[in-house]
Amino acid sequence: MSAAFLEVEGLTKHYGGVAALDGCTLSLAKGEVTGLIGPNGAGKTTLLNALTGLAKPDAGRVTFDGADVTGLPAHRMAARGVVRSFQIVRELASLTVFETLLLAPPHQIGETLTGAMARRRRWWAQEHANAGKARTLLERIGLWRLADQPSARLSGGQKKLLEVARALLLEPKLILLDEPGAGVSPPLREEIIALVRELKGEGLSFGIVEHDMHLVGEICDHVHVLAEGRTLVSGTFAEATADPRVVDAYLGLAA
Amino acid sequence: MMSYLVTIVIFVSIAGLVGLALNLQWGLAGLVNFGVSGFVALGAYMVALTAPHLGWLAATLTAALLCAAVSMALSLLTIRLEENYLAIVTIGFAEIVRILLLNESWLTGGALGIADIPRPFASLTPAGWGDGIILVFALVLVALVYGLMEGLVRSPFGRVLRAVRDDATVAAALGKPVLALRVRAFAVGGAVMGLAGALHAFFMTYIDPSQFTPIITAYAFMAVIAGGRGSNLGLLLGAGSIMLLLEATRFLKDLVPSIDGTQLSAMRLALIGIGIILLLILRPQGLVAEPRRTVRDVFPDATGES
Repeated sequence: MSAAFLEVEGLTKHYGGVAALDGCTLSLAKGEVTGLIGPNGAGKTTLLNALTGLAKPDAGRVTFDGADVTGLPAHRMAARGVVRSFQIVRELASLTVFETLLLAPPHQIGETLTGAMARRRRWWAQEHANAGKARTLLERIGLWRLADQPSARLSGGQKKLLEVARALLLEPKLILLDEPGAGVSPPLREEIIALVRELKGEGLSFGIVEHDMHLVGEICDHVHVLAEGRTLVSGTFAEATADPRVVDAYLGLAA
Repeated sequence: MMSYLVTIVIFVSIAGLVGLALNLQWGLAGLVNFGVSGFVALGAYMVALTAPHLGWLAATLTAALLCAAVSMALSLLTIRLEENYLAIVTIGFAEIVRILLLNESWLTGGALGIADIPRPFASLTPAGWGDGIILVFALVLVALVYGLMEGLVRSPFGRVLRAVRDDATVAAALGKPVLALRVRAFAVGGAVMGLAGALHAFFMTYIDPSQFTPIITAYAFMAVIAGGRGSNLGLLLGAGSIMLLLEATRFLKDLVPSIDGTQLSAMRLALIGIGIILLLILRPQGLVAEPRRTVRDVFPDATGES
């Protein structure tokens, strides 16, 4: 296993009396695809929220790329290169597919008030460059012909692909996917698997929360099994699934 | 008759400015502002108080700046709360402004208001021109603000505001500074409402608190809904048609002699209501759709479907 990229140490998050995360410790390696699996209520989505600034952890430490990033707000985490998708797709309903991808790139001059008003030529040039990237990406994932459609009109699987594409344009270092395979038709699921593999080949790192064990077995180099807010077992997919504690956790017998 | 028409055009201009401002705040950025009348009043009083000393241009700019600053403060105070609280706080703000204007008579003249507000270019106006100069002033102001707003709506700034309106969490996860964007949209909108108030004060030359009732807020929301959220062209059409309906129905009593003045004024509002309901049923997206960046804008030679 290569050097740790994202490290989580003793992360704790309570919702009322419930400990969604209870001293969770794990790490994600650079250039690898790490699976985060575990039964419902194990704290997987809360972990993702805590890693991307959508939930503030009560205790614990998160380091990313050598820097302490514990509790940074969402837009700061994105700026550092940690980008996520959502379990239930959250498309920007009134934006078209094309606009969604034009929105994603960071550091847009035209998104500041003065830039939008006074530096039209510069943001238009930037927009052109971004549009070129968006087009390449849309052609790669097969959504180019739907570019001018409102993103609300896409199918569930197409929306997931669009979410990955949107994340890619943020120039991320680490992409966290929350159940990329859920509610996606089998051919599109294969497409998502292929896309993640390709991107890993290009040097991106992934963290994937997923219930579909076929998908996890296909693409994850390493998995962490979570149960009751803690890391139960870490290892390769085969090691993890062979561990009797994991079987117990899924059957509800975990300590 | 001529001066009646001029008056209507100026009222439409004021409503148009207010509507353009609300279209940025609510139409584009999703920030509900029920205190529109408070911002307009603030702008009008600022002009009334400063124009005799600073001249019209500086007074107008001061009004816009004051309203921008107040909007900014208000949005910073409330935007950290859950989203709908902004609506409640802005209602409270408008009420505070109204009560202050009524009671701080050392500054505002109380219920008597402020008279003799100097108009722009008043000394240059040839005799017999009447409201001609202020009409030109109003139209130029609307054109400038329309140009500014169109520029913003069609820029990446407009797009990121739409993203914030659709889903603020997603926008934040995409690295967009949601709070800062909302404060900016609210401040620019507030400044334009201040400009509308300035125009109002210059045209009337006499203002008092009774001119700034919440009906201004209601008309602005109607204009945005009728015109289509996010579309500035639609907004101007919407504001224009609402004013036209309001004014045209004045003449109903010539056609239907059996109704008296009180019944008529009640009926006029009912007619506007029916108009809005019909519009929402028949054209829920409003008169004009929100402008979108299409593939063709960037790749003129692209041949996409749809």
